[in-house]
Amino acid sequence: MAIATRRAQLEEVALNEDEYRAIVRAIGRDPNDLELGMFGALWSEHCSYKTSKALLRQLPTEGPDVLQGPGENAGAVDIGDGLAVVFKIESHNHPSAIEPYQGAATGVGGILRDVFAMGARPIAILDALRFGPLDSGHNRHLFHGVVAGIGGYGNCFGCPTVGGEVHFDSGYADNPIVNAMCVGLVAHDRLRRASADRAGDVVLLVGADTGRDGIHGATFASVEMDERSAERRPAVQVGNPFLEKLLCEACLRLNELAGVTAIQDLGAAGLTSAASELAYRGRRGLDIEVDRISRREQGMTPYEVMLSESQERMLVVVRPDAETAARQVFDHFELHADRIGTVTGTGRIRIRDHGVSVADIPLKALVDGVPLRSPVASFPDKQPTVVMPAVEEPEAILLDLIASPNLRSRRPIYRTYDHQVQDNTVFGPGFDAALLRVPGTNKGLALTTDGNPWYVTLDPYEGTKAAVAEAARNIVCTGARPIAVTNCLNFGNPERPAIFGQLQESIRGLADACRALELPVVSGEHPADAGDRHGRPARRPLPPMPVRIPGRRRPGLFAG
Amino acid sequence: MNTGIVVFPGTWSDRDCAHAVGEVLGQPGRYVDHREENLDDLDLVILPGGFSYGDYLRCGAIARFAPVMEAVTDFANRGGLVLGICNGFQILQEARLLPGALLRNASCEFRCEWVNLRVEQSESAFTLDCRPGQVLRIPISHGEGNFFADLQTLDAIERNGQVVFRYCAPDGRVTAESNPNGSLSNIAGIANARGNVFGMMPHPERACEDLLGGSDGLAVFRSAIHALARVAV
Repeated sequence: MAIATRRAQLEEVALNEDEYRAIVRAIGRDPNDLELGMFGALWSEHCSYKTSKALLRQLPTEGPDVLQGPGENAGAVDIGDGLAVVFKIESHNHPSAIEPYQGAATGVGGILRDVFAMGARPIAILDALRFGPLDSGHNRHLFHGVVAGIGGYGNCFGCPTVGGEVHFDSGYADNPIVNAMCVGLVAHDRLRRASADRAGDVVLLVGADTGRDGIHGATFASVEMDERSAERRPAVQVGNPFLEKLLCEACLRLNELAGVTAIQDLGAAGLTSAASELAYRGRRGLDIEVDRISRREQGMTPYEVMLSESQERMLVVVRPDAETAARQVFDHFELHADRIGTVTGTGRIRIRDHGVSVADIPLKALVDGVPLRSPVASFPDKQPTVVMPAVEEPEAILLDLIASPNLRSRRPIYRTYDHQVQDNTVFGPGFDAALLRVPGTNKGLALTTDGNPWYVTLDPYEGTKAAVAEAARNIVCTGARPIAVTNCLNFGNPERPAIFGQLQESIRGLADACRALELPVVSGEHPADAGDRHGRPARRPLPPMPVRIPGRRRPGLFAG
Repeated sequence: MNTGIVVFPGTWSDRDCAHAVGEVLGQPGRYVDHREENLDDLDLVILPGGFSYGDYLRCGAIARFAPVMEAVTDFANRGGLVLGICNGFQILQEARLLPGALLRNASCEFRCEWVNLRVEQSESAFTLDCRPGQVLRIPISHGEGNFFADLQTLDAIERNGQVVFRYCAPDGRVTAESNPNGSLSNIAGIANARGNVFGMMPHPERACEDLLGGSDGLAVFRSAIHALARVAV
């Protein structure tokens, strides 16, 4: 391959020369375009955490109540009565910056799928949002689009949006932070892990047809925002909450069937990521007949099909003798399902198009083989000092504070969200933490998202500790005991030393605070997409690190 | 009161209605699939809230063609009790079982909040347990709840006593400020001329337990139980 061509190709998939050489070593030859695209997606920072993985090992992830820690679609914690709470938070910052309504809507859609893929019924959504000042028309466009997108998806799907937070700061101008958290409930014996561990099982692709939307969304989420980002608009997907509702009900019903091995949602990196992770977790392989996948348009290449991020799709793995029963469930909900492949014992993902092999990759290399990057961290010589202004006119300052968008009522936002559907909301938005009844028990579940971006900017370590402490306090205020944490670390590009330094300090703070409060971190996300290409730290202070803590109310507190 | 709760693709208040009627009030019932054609075993049919077929077209415009709607129409024509809540109200209008239309909220935004409703008609099967002028506190959750009808229709439903609920202030005054969506004459719920088919935008099933903020919604379901008992006597 000519060097210039290869460079362009590597830029397309955002991999470097070292990574290319690692791919060649792993498969024993040069990859073809499809294979390179698949590596590009799974070896993106978004999917692989190649720069932050080592840091994340510091986090406490175990505890007596933890049923599922990080590494699955979502984390799960025991809450007694044979029930588990399943939850996770994810960012959708980049898509929301380009197309705010659909970016935010599909962020909600993605996190809902993560939860019902675990067999849990989604019972709550929370959103942590950051925008630039609303005196700019573009920031207002982003703000209104994101809020409408969250409401548009959650309201139609029928999961209440019960809490969240929003901050405005010039650092987020044109560069919003959109984090969506979903919480679900499931009986222990129905908690499902997405692992295809039986060779011979049938792989079904259920839900939406596959289109050209969102190709390389995972790669896109890992490169820095720049003036060309708007050109990537086709990389933003469009959501269909109605289809998602049907998919959710179908998956929850499938979860009751014998012979269903695994359910996995298609998120970042689409079918490539979902299929590879499913088979790798089960220590098996997978053969996919790419021509069997229903498409939205003609002429799509295997590359486009394998990397599409079309929304509202799930992979369902069943024993051959359970396929008929599974199809009856899909028929009931009028969902389309394609039989696209089989689980094998090869340890490889093999893709055929009309019988011709188009990709053949060992799964270990694809899912777990990315060379970890060890970026350089730098730390500011001295932390910025806060100059407290002299208070000469306290009345004027008080009026300024009352008028500040950061202290105003959030009612204009949350009254556009259905926060009551499912009949469990005891305290909805507007309280320190939301409180939901756990149906069928005398327990409640307290939920919050917190994070102060300015504290984290001033001191990532202390600021992150403060975020965990604030969330814990808000949980305690409802009478609940904090039990676990999910987190979303919204930082800029970790390849930049100053940002990697912030990330390092922030994770250390998160780990220390969670240890001190004996809280396991059971899920989370670490998007590397909150910075811009030109590195203007003064204009782009460190985005926040929202932390979310579901807490459990002690039994017996509900008299009702 | 054997209650049928109709589930269209995209319905999401079905489980909430089942909780209110089944668990809180202890009434028997079942879910009704949108493809069903026989409702003979039922005393009350509820069309619950949600986004039937995604409401990507006009709300309720597709659901009204579901096979079950023929059965619902027969059931209503035979005098059976039919309650449409939110999306269910929209569907009943699309099916011409109730007059008027529900437009986009005047604010052009979705609204989820508690509102106050004044009981205008306490003889209806769904308000028998209420006093005339009583104020009920029940939440709304919709983007298209702005009641509209042409003047003739409006005049007729007012004259016939078909207006059952109006949005009002906590003290019962019907004011512009207490109207959450721009509905004509603050109309929140109406019945058909015969009084057996009723549609309302607020969600009574969300107001059946004090734990969740209030229990005024129980009056709607309890009234239906009493109306049926009266017929049976």
